[in-house]
Amino acid sequence: MHIAEGFLPPAHAIGWTIAAAPFVVHGARAVVKEVRENPESTLLLGAAGAFTFVLSAIKLPSVTGSSSHPTGTGVGAILFRPPVMALLGTVVLLFQALLLAHGGITTLGANAFSMAIVGPWAGYGAYRLARRTSGNLLVGVFAGMALADLATYVTTSLQLALAFPDASSGFLGAAVKFLGVFAVTQVPLAIAEGLLGVLLFRVLTVNARPELERLGVLKPLPVDDEPAPTAPHPAPREDDGVIP
Amino acid sequence: MTRRRWVTLVLVLGVVALFALPLLLGAPSNYAGTDTLATEAIEASNPNYVPWFDHVFSPGSTEIESGLFALQAAIGGGVLGYVLGRLRGRRGQRKQAAAQQDDVSP
Repeated sequence: MHIAEGFLPPAHAIGWTIAAAPFVVHGARAVVKEVRENPESTLLLGAAGAFTFVLSAIKLPSVTGSSSHPTGTGVGAILFRPPVMALLGTVVLLFQALLLAHGGITTLGANAFSMAIVGPWAGYGAYRLARRTSGNLLVGVFAGMALADLATYVTTSLQLALAFPDASSGFLGAAVKFLGVFAVTQVPLAIAEGLLGVLLFRVLTVNARPELERLGVLKPLPVDDEPAPTAPHPAPREDDGVIP
Repeated sequence: MTRRRWVTLVLVLGVVALFALPLLLGAPSNYAGTDTLATEAIEASNPNYVPWFDHVFSPGSTEIESGLFALQAAIGGGVLGYVLGRLRGRRGQRKQAAAQQDDVSP
């Protein structure tokens, strides 16, 4: 989803930067507010940022014969709501633009718009919807993570189609072409990212229960609708290795 | 093995299979990155387009580039592991403290 440096015409580069900037500033404020008001959130906030950092560094093969990378922005969007990811995602993109020659400064606005803004919001919406209809946290997490990933690449395709419409078939033709490059390749990666999200949240529901309850992701125990992750028998055994 | 561990195992195997299967079954391919393919598509359809800005810094070779990508993953993985380890250790401590209280109170 990284549009290469210089590969958006100046007007588009500036336009996307202006469009993304307020979201990133708002996200920065959301992060500062969260850390100031709930210092105990810092750990999970770090985990959300770290998850994006790892996943967006790893390029994986796909059935289409090309390779691509997941985005990992769904975790933070589900835990802290999407604005936080506008900042964290942009930090990751900036790191890659400056050190890895991946993406770029002129395309940072467009890339941030797809990965740090549209992705997290689409993922958050899918999470809320899937969780409400299924009544299950992990179903929501899977949908949220997968859609945050896929929506990012769909957005990139549309951004490129807007900048480089096809000579004969126009915007739509170009959109089909770029979606063919990005979106189809991304489907298995999005599914894998959904599964990784489920794995992470299964760990968090056991070990970070107080934070998840405070963030409103989990209800307090008595009215819990989760498939009993804190079942009595496996828990003590798992702890044997940890307590000295 | 408990049901919870089976579920974990199936999820991990599912992720591995999603990436192993295309490699094992798929037609031979060089698995070029989609970012590169998109750039090539632009160059093919708009041969007159000249990128108007160049990278401020480029890793000298693909080896250095993959090293920097590995560094990015290592930083992320390190922080994630640290947080999960702390959360797990904290739960253990709380459980221990609760157990000790139970011993004293009756």
